[in-house]
Amino acid sequence: MIAVKVDSVKKTFKAEKSVVTALQQINFDVSKGELFGLIGPDGAGKTTLFRILTTLMLADEGTASVDGFDVVRDYKEIRKRVGYMPGRFSLYQDLTVEENLSFFATLFNTSLEENYDLVKAIYQQIEPFKKRRAGALSGGMKQKLALSCALIHRPSVLFLDEPTTGVDAVSRKEFWELLRDLQKHQITIIVSTPYMDEASLCDRVALMQNGKIMEINSPKGITENFKKPLWAVRGENMYQLMQTLQASEVIDSCYPFGQYHHVTFTDAIPDSQVASELAKIAPVTEVKKIPATIEDCFMELMRQ
Amino acid sequence: MKENFAISVRELTKRFNDFTAVNAITFDVKQGEIFGFLGANGAGKTTAMRMLCGLSFPTSGQAMVAGYDLYQDAEKIKKSIGYMSQKFSLYEDLTIRENIRFYGGIYGLSDHEIKTKTETLVHQLHLEEQLNKLVKSLPLGWKQKLSFSVAMIHQPKIVFLDEPTGGVDPVTRREFWTLIYEAASQGTTVFVTTHYMDEAEYCDRVSIMVDGRIDALDTPLELKRKFNAPSMEEVFVQLARKAKRTE
Repeated sequence: MIAVKVDSVKKTFKAEKSVVTALQQINFDVSKGELFGLIGPDGAGKTTLFRILTTLMLADEGTASVDGFDVVRDYKEIRKRVGYMPGRFSLYQDLTVEENLSFFATLFNTSLEENYDLVKAIYQQIEPFKKRRAGALSGGMKQKLALSCALIHRPSVLFLDEPTTGVDAVSRKEFWELLRDLQKHQITIIVSTPYMDEASLCDRVALMQNGKIMEINSPKGITENFKKPLWAVRGENMYQLMQTLQASEVIDSCYPFGQYHHVTFTDAIPDSQVASELAKIAPVTEVKKIPATIEDCFMELMRQ
Repeated sequence: MKENFAISVRELTKRFNDFTAVNAITFDVKQGEIFGFLGANGAGKTTAMRMLCGLSFPTSGQAMVAGYDLYQDAEKIKKSIGYMSQKFSLYEDLTIRENIRFYGGIYGLSDHEIKTKTETLVHQLHLEEQLNKLVKSLPLGWKQKLSFSVAMIHQPKIVFLDEPTGGVDPVTRREFWTLIYEAASQGTTVFVTTHYMDEAEYCDRVSIMVDGRIDALDTPLELKRKFNAPSMEEVFVQLARKAKRTE
């Protein structure tokens, strides 16, 4: 069953003298209960897409539906069924944790008690601070409160716009564990993130750049589509090594990845000759063949 | 404290009432070093960084930054450092030229210096065509690169970068690190925070803050060896999971 359908959606914004295309010809489907990721940097069009799907903005062209309801015609129905956590903290700063939750529960004619099983895992982490005003919470706590509020009416589709941006590696891990748990309640989740490593935690992802979807697939499917053999290379002076490799015609791409550079060759070279070919260009201390990461694939797609 | 350190910190502490945000941290940063300053949200990074920039007065401890004492010469420190954060970068409704002129003026560059600086900087970043456009019309990646160059306009001895690459695409993120490497190779000390753990690997040395303390400080290679971890991400998670503070 399809939970979200996006068909040829286009959106432009008029700036002072120019027209900015935020989304060009976006198409995709998300199945019921799927954890679907929109992966891309700022300016890719992720927020615009969220705003169209949550009925807060109209597309210029194309159609979209959520839970079988049209985003234009049936907007009222959709608003009852979706939970939306915007990228910017949008709760009432001068209400307490408790007050924010009961406010949103009341709007949807429900209560915390009624949906406690759903929000329990998240709410328990902020419960010790329930008398604190939302404005006085730390970033991580605000994020958990916002997620609780977005879930309070048991939505069938949950939209999370960059929930982990600016969040440290440990809290990010915990947040993704929470999302996995929510999936068990048959909630469809669409989540956007600029962190490429988070793509592997989704069922399927759309890689977005400049208002376009470059590829949609499972994380595994995306990395398997990386056609060229990929090599991790190390040297004594990594900065110099990168410059030398990038300048060489034999090398197709060379990007720093932590302690290694990831390198592809312009022409196919037998694996056994790679080390000696590299040695001709620059002094290297370690060479090994590696599987591509989502980030490798993203950068390769950006070049096309 | 030795002369050849860009930053030298001893038992630096900051308390807010009964809350110890930064708890007796001690470390040195060498000149020209790329120093990664990591920690979980709420570990005390921002408070520590604000003290080192002369923006917040320590409760106790000592620190020398760019050769100046934090207590005696906070104003001189401000003149000797550059600072860039993701949130506060440039004035969106000024043009690129106006932003460069503005920051050049703030740091006391002469008209002539501003003119030559503008030329070299714009040439370096390939922004010739955009020079008279408003900063808000630039893609984020360019803004961040421009913002870094502007933070370096007065050739500071040390540049503080607070999450400079958040939200930037992966190619631009790497171009940004090339700028960092170039600055460091010319002798500028780079003090940088990030949530991207692969970027921690690009640093010469990395410190990791937990609950206001520095719990680890070494080269990425040594840290991975000590913690028997395949990546800096692992090292970070092992340390940050020990945190008792709920931010």
